[in-house]
Amino acid sequence: MIKIKNISKSFGEKKVLQGINAEFEKGKTNLIIGSSGTGKSVLLKCIVGLITPDEGRVYYDLRNFTEADKDMRSEIRREIGMLFQGGALFDSKNVQENIMFPLDVLTKMTADEKLDRVNDCLKRVGLENINKKRVSEISGGMKKRVGIARAIVNNPNYLFCDEPNSGLDPQTSILIDELIHEITHELDITTIVVTHDMNSVMGIGEKIIFLYQGHKLWEGHHEEITHSGVPELDDFVFANKVMSKMRNSL
Amino acid sequence: MSSFGRYVIFLGSLLVRRESFKTYYKLVLEECIQIGVNSIFLFMLVSTFIGAVTTVQTAFNMVNPLIPRFVISQVVREMTVLELAPTVMALIYAGKIGSSMAGGIGTMRITEQIDALEVMGINSSSYLVLPKIIASMLMYPLLVIFSGVCSLVGGYVVGTAIHLVTPTEFVAGLRFGFNPTEISVALIKGVVFAFLISSISSFKGYFTKGGALEVGIATTEAVTASVIAILLMDYFLVNILLS
Ligand SMILES: Nc1ncnc2c1ncn2[C@@H]1O[C@H](COP(=O)(O)OP(=O)(O)O)[C@@H](O)[C@H]1O
Ligand SMILES: [Mg+2]
Repeated sequence: MIKIKNISKSFGEKKVLQGINAEFEKGKTNLIIGSSGTGKSVLLKCIVGLITPDEGRVYYDLRNFTEADKDMRSEIRREIGMLFQGGALFDSKNVQENIMFPLDVLTKMTADEKLDRVNDCLKRVGLENINKKRVSEISGGMKKRVGIARAIVNNPNYLFCDEPNSGLDPQTSILIDELIHEITHELDITTIVVTHDMNSVMGIGEKIIFLYQGHKLWEGHHEEITHSGVPELDDFVFANKVMSKMRNSL
Repeated sequence: MSSFGRYVIFLGSLLVRRESFKTYYKLVLEECIQIGVNSIFLFMLVSTFIGAVTTVQTAFNMVNPLIPRFVISQVVREMTVLELAPTVMALIYAGKIGSSMAGGIGTMRITEQIDALEVMGINSSSYLVLPKIIASMLMYPLLVIFSGVCSLVGGYVVGTAIHLVTPTEFVAGLRFGFNPTEISVALIKGVVFAFLISSISSFKGYFTKGGALEVGIATTEAVTASVIAILLMDYFLVNILLS
């Protein structure tokens, strides 16, 4: 479980996040949704510590991450896996080296143990025999899968995904969403996914936080999202043609 | 000035070591190979030609028959050791290696590869940049020696081939009035320039914001800033070391 209390962040004059409180539950895919530029990525980066918030605290299972000392911080970091928007695979390394990298720097496993673990993870994300391929040789969907494999290779307790299906075709998007959802339940971890895709929201949103211009306006389950009574959220949800047709037929 | 301050803070952040010695050893070795492979041909080409051209130019300008011919190679030697090998080659190093350092790190920044390292708890600046600086400070002085040799060989081959100077005269000129401290000065300059180029270029790349366009801008800025730093430092070092 991850808890954030009163997170605020400004860049110069621009207030990007204002007093966000939320709780992200273990064993569930928690979503942060909202339109582009509302501060979703900034919030996610505040949670993992890539950006220091101006105010507020982040708790990882009651451990205060924001004010943790160096040892506690690296202990928590070892339990984090992250999938970045573009995959963020190291292009100087091949697929196998990319996935193995967290094991190289964070564990004392032997070479054989690491290789077994890498192959297990590759299999888990539905890829095999691409160990020696360069990152530039694989497709966008495969990059996302490799990114997921790298994120879960060190058995994280917390998984973060920033727009996991941006730039993918609708079918691949659904597969990636389902993969994240299944892994979350299998490993019983706390997963936070940032997205603006309504398909993901309806497909895997077990707990949803809606951000609007730096404020949290709503939270709940995807079944409640169509009748939230929040006009900004309705605009977001029914911007999609299919969704707005669905509303009209209700 | 604020950018200079950030540069100093950046240099400080490199020294917060987190990874094992073995990791850095491996990274430095990889960088050294990279630097060598990427620059050796260009260095050979440029320094051989400059050595050859300087020989021809000097010979044509020596119209007074009273001046002995061995002065030609003496002039080529001085020019090579004092300026060509350490300084002019540093400008080329900045264009070839510095720009690729800035571009590489800048690309890692905008594609969030640096964030990925940070999330894993790695000190990204020291992990990425320190090996580049150390490798440069090891490799560039070797490249200085290499281009010095190429320049003199270029001068010798062309000078003797078109009969501007005999082999004996050329070798005599190389030895005449030779002051070995000049070699030390060249190597000290080499180490300092290598540090400046690699750290400035990495700094420019590391703080890239935006997209591909900004990576291009960072690359150009890295070369410009390195060149200015080299020229200022050259003036400064010559004053200290040769006075
Ligand atoms: N490092 C930064 N410096 C200045 N402004 C930033 C920075 N990162 C994000 N922003 C601004 O914060 C706002 C929210 O960005 P972001 O969280 O990336 O949006 P999104 O919800 O699309 O992920 C944007 O207006 C962006 O310009
Ligand atoms: Mg974003």
